[in-house]
Amino acid sequence: MKLDSKIPSGPMAEKWSRHKQDSKLINPKNKRKYSIIVVGSGLAGAAAAASLSELGYKVKCFCFQDSPRRAHSIAAQGGINAAKNYQNDGDSVHRLFYDTVKGGDFRAREANVHRLAEVSVNIIDQCVAQGVPFAREYGGGLANRSFGGAQVSRTFYARGQTGQQLLLGAYSALSKEIARGGVEMHTRTEMLDLVVADGETKGIITRNLVTGKVEAHAADTVLLCTGGYGNVFFLSTNAMGCNVTATWRAHRRGATFANPCYTQIHPTCIPVSGDYQSKLTLMSESLRNDGRVWVPKKAEDCGKLASQIPEADRDYFLERKYPSFGNLAPRDISSRAAKECCDEGRGVGPGGRGVYLDFSEAINEFSEKVIKERYGNLFDMYERITGESAYKQPMRIYPAVHYTMGGLWVDYNLMSNLSGLHVLGEANFSDHGANRLGASALMQGLADGYFVIPTTVANYLVTQKPGAVTTEHPAFKQALEDANGRINQLLNVKGKRTVDSFHRELGLLVWDKCGMGRNRAGLEEALRRIPEIRAEFWENVVVPGSGAVANPELEKAGRVADFMEFAELLCRDALDREESCGGHFREEHQFPDGEAKRDDENFCYVSAYEYSGDLSKPILHKEALTFEEVHLTVRSYK
Amino acid sequence: MALLNLHLKVWRQTGTQPGHFQDIEAPEIPDHASFLEMMDIVNERLIRAGQDPVAFDHDCREGICGMCSMTINGMAHGPERGTTTCQLHMRKFRTGDTIWVEPFRARAFPVVKDLMVDRSAFDRIIKAGGYVSVRTGAAPEANEIPVGKEIADAAMDAAACIGCGACVASCKNASAMLYVSAKAGQLNTLPQGHAEKDRRTLAMVRQMDAEGFGNCTNQYECEAACPKEISVRWIAKLNRDYAVASVKEVVGIGRQQSGDGD
Repeated sequence: MKLDSKIPSGPMAEKWSRHKQDSKLINPKNKRKYSIIVVGSGLAGAAAAASLSELGYKVKCFCFQDSPRRAHSIAAQGGINAAKNYQNDGDSVHRLFYDTVKGGDFRAREANVHRLAEVSVNIIDQCVAQGVPFAREYGGGLANRSFGGAQVSRTFYARGQTGQQLLLGAYSALSKEIARGGVEMHTRTEMLDLVVADGETKGIITRNLVTGKVEAHAADTVLLCTGGYGNVFFLSTNAMGCNVTATWRAHRRGATFANPCYTQIHPTCIPVSGDYQSKLTLMSESLRNDGRVWVPKKAEDCGKLASQIPEADRDYFLERKYPSFGNLAPRDISSRAAKECCDEGRGVGPGGRGVYLDFSEAINEFSEKVIKERYGNLFDMYERITGESAYKQPMRIYPAVHYTMGGLWVDYNLMSNLSGLHVLGEANFSDHGANRLGASALMQGLADGYFVIPTTVANYLVTQKPGAVTTEHPAFKQALEDANGRINQLLNVKGKRTVDSFHRELGLLVWDKCGMGRNRAGLEEALRRIPEIRAEFWENVVVPGSGAVANPELEKAGRVADFMEFAELLCRDALDREESCGGHFREEHQFPDGEAKRDDENFCYVSAYEYSGDLSKPILHKEALTFEEVHLTVRSYK
Repeated sequence: MALLNLHLKVWRQTGTQPGHFQDIEAPEIPDHASFLEMMDIVNERLIRAGQDPVAFDHDCREGICGMCSMTINGMAHGPERGTTTCQLHMRKFRTGDTIWVEPFRARAFPVVKDLMVDRSAFDRIIKAGGYVSVRTGAAPEANEIPVGKEIADAAMDAAACIGCGACVASCKNASAMLYVSAKAGQLNTLPQGHAEKDRRTLAMVRQMDAEGFGNCTNQYECEAACPKEISVRWIAKLNRDYAVASVKEVVGIGRQQSGDGD
């Protein structure tokens, strides 16, 4: 298999405009004949479904939630980047491009990142026109703040709920198109499998989560906008329903899965507090604009109240280690620094797994009112969960799994190696390399959905005769049979252990061996244990009820079954990549000061895995990464 | 961390069949757990005992997706002000408490199973007009539309609505006025939404009525139950916008301006 990235020729800054010029057009009358399936209704999915419908395509959109407005994009708090340079602080498309490539530790495709930076400015225009209530200055212009990994202020925000506001913008556009008849919306419907007919992706198998009905849907192309796989760790900041099923099933049908080991650990989450815990809650990175991160210098001070520890005995470790970026050092670096402090026994709070995020200086400087205006909802949320007020004492935070940079491999057109399968947003691998900068996920989801796919999808569709394959094709019959078979298999194990108990066991193992720090021995152990847990799952899981009605336990069981398979690929990739880069930190590969040691000579490539039929023997394909504009350097934020 | 021993009375229902309360004992619940984590623990125990777990809606568990619902001790999202069920923690309860757990009750929100209800009526109201008709790619430069900070902040106050339906569940008339007024109000406040203001207002209110939501009688339970503390002042604004749009419709102002009949 040859992975052809289809990167357009020409200078970096002209590639996207040239590609738009060279992309195929379908005339309005013919567009109506093509149908497109969009799975997922988050920023990428809703934006794509709405925009493609506006162009005239017939769109079917699916989400497992009760409304498309609830997709997990909604939970993003801090903001969205765009190279508007409204602050006159020297920002530009090139600088956003540069920051993103560097932030990704030189493991992203340059051409994709440049396109992302280019369309970032259009996204803001689009969202403002939809009525997204971004923060404003008194003069009526848009306000900005800064985020990690950048020395300019380019982040647009809507209080602490930028994700919800952008998603509601996309959802309103989607609703407009549903009303017009361009989009057929299927809520509470989960994708169970992908259908590939004669080498072309032509549809999906779904289960209606209310009636239990398993159905086939055919179209001329399929877009997966199904988010990331962070819930493989069980505890993460992802919503409970986030899952790998859509992308994993596509992988099993032939799509290569790229860079699964690039997982992002977010530095500012509320620490774990008990084994009943179901998820972790993020405190936006924007808090690091005004909060200072510290731990006691001496381990014996950890049991004291923060207020009893004098200034001289505090270690503001991010400011100390990374003076030029300070508390706004990128996520991977900040997370590891916090872990190191806790490993040294200087962590605070129950279990010693926490560091302080302290606002006392900002409150003194600006007043409590100003801080409340900036972060009020986040402080309230913190208080509800922990019972503590961050106005009176510092927050306690600890890193948690938050985002996954890896995903299905796509070319410049966002098409997988599997013909006719397009993958957008967090579900693909393309733009963030080994680490994503804050406020860039919203940017990528919307860039893919509003501005990239509406242009590039035609390049595939022109090669297809509209409606050529229907659900009568034998591939649909086979996929339906497979999906029903799996449901029956899950229901008929009738064992003793609950789905959650398996998920928790798997997640703890993966977090322990393939979390913030990874090493050969640990990964090998994980690779031994995962198949054992998986085997026990299929012998001893209990799924109550039947498949013919609403059955949340059955939904969870199907998702956990796929995580059980995916986890193995994740650990295998982490073992294979003998270097440290971004969110992938191999303890064997570090500089004496503990910084990540990349190996450009041997690992400057995308790892794309093909399913071989044997879970323990995926076939590795490599896409070499070349850097024309940004020179490969050791990533330093000192 | 303390452990609580609780008695639950949980609504059980399958589709359109009549429902009933089931007594479920919930001993040894950590007070740090969230309400939904308490339900997770209860469900684990039910499954291990070979019983049917309680179905409930939930997703983000951080108070923003609006998927969780539940009426707890008669209050939508429970007793804590400005808080969704998923953000409600068990430290707000005492050991020995009896807790009543019901779905959001409203004619326009039919029960799907146990505590899950169908809130698609909200989606249909947005579909009727809760948007600005702007095509992708057709937007002007963002800063060409100046929006004063006060106006932007007001629009954001309305936009904070998470579409959970607590306003409906808490209202004795099951009115959706707080929801509709917040959604219409956000766009009607901003300059971007002005062109379609009248059309939007009429269409959304009519869809609301068609869905079977009740009328507002100014009891303001909705504001008290709203996890995002949306103000009932938005209802007053919607009433004004609706009155203006209705009058214009009757005298035909909008039609003349849009050049109907050309």
